[in-house]
Amino acid sequence: MHPTTSAVTLAVAVFLASAVESVEALTIIVAAGVSRGWRSALEGMAVAIALLAVLVATLGPALVYLVPIDVLRVVVGGLLLVFGLQWLRKAVLRAVGLKAKHDEDAIFTKQLDALGGASQGRTGRDSAGFVVAFKGTFLEGLEVVIIVLGLGGGDHQLALAGAAAMAAVLVVAGVGVAVARQLAGVPENAMKTVVGLMLVSFGTFWAGEGLGVRWPGSDLAILGLVAAYAVVTFALVQALGGAQATPKQEQARA
Amino acid sequence: MPEPGTGPPQAPSPLPVRWAKAFGAFWWDFLVGDTPELLVGALAALGVVAALTKAVSANAAAIVAFPVLVVVLLAGSVYRARRPPS
Repeated sequence: MHPTTSAVTLAVAVFLASAVESVEALTIIVAAGVSRGWRSALEGMAVAIALLAVLVATLGPALVYLVPIDVLRVVVGGLLLVFGLQWLRKAVLRAVGLKAKHDEDAIFTKQLDALGGASQGRTGRDSAGFVVAFKGTFLEGLEVVIIVLGLGGGDHQLALAGAAAMAAVLVVAGVGVAVARQLAGVPENAMKTVVGLMLVSFGTFWAGEGLGVRWPGSDLAILGLVAAYAVVTFALVQALGGAQATPKQEQARA
Repeated sequence: MPEPGTGPPQAPSPLPVRWAKAFGAFWWDFLVGDTPELLVGALAALGVVAALTKAVSANAAAIVAFPVLVVVLLAGSVYRARRPPS
């Protein structure tokens, strides 16, 4: 595959994965802002983002320059494979009604209740608002960091992966400001399916390369893997489509 | 006489211990969570691919086997989620 095509595929994967995680973080930040005041919520978010940036800046170069590329690809590929399979599994189960869909409105309401309802124009600092916004941003962001380091480090494209993640955060933040709390309209399951497909495909490709597999067409094999896994996922959803929703089964396992 | 379950309050763990526990819990949840079969299956798939490429130099077999194992893993995990809990 032409290097540009490979880079675009990687950037799209990082962008979509980061966007999904950003939506989840934004839900928590907005809940903290509405209930405990915006100042503390935004400060919590800013501190978490700064900490995550430090993590990427320190761990990224260390991974890329100190770890042999084959070892890095097996470890990173294995991580992406497991992570991607988890996303894909959830997406399939949600698509056929075996798992409840991710409801940002429900999460928002739950967070709001936990924080004591809407504030009456608070402007000062609030430790609860800070902590909730910080934890929400940091934990969701940590998954973004792992994806950025995984996809970017495995292909020596850290700067591109970081830029794609930052672009996703900015886009989601912009949309979040524009639509306020209406995050439920984001087609999260479709995005998670695409991201899951890409993570599993990159994971298969890199882990295979690290173990000595010589893929036909080199990087072009990534697109072939994406297509093959997409067909299988579609077939799985179709095959399970007849099964009516029994979310209790999944809830009992969760 | 103190009520059952209301003993003296325990001293909180030192900060490094709490951080180590939180770090371990994050990775456990991240990699294992409620789908241990995916981690175990992925490791097994990597083992099979390593055996095919390193031990018997069967590159073509590895190219076919790896994605097939991944698909079997996904389908098996979805099937496991469909079964009523025993």
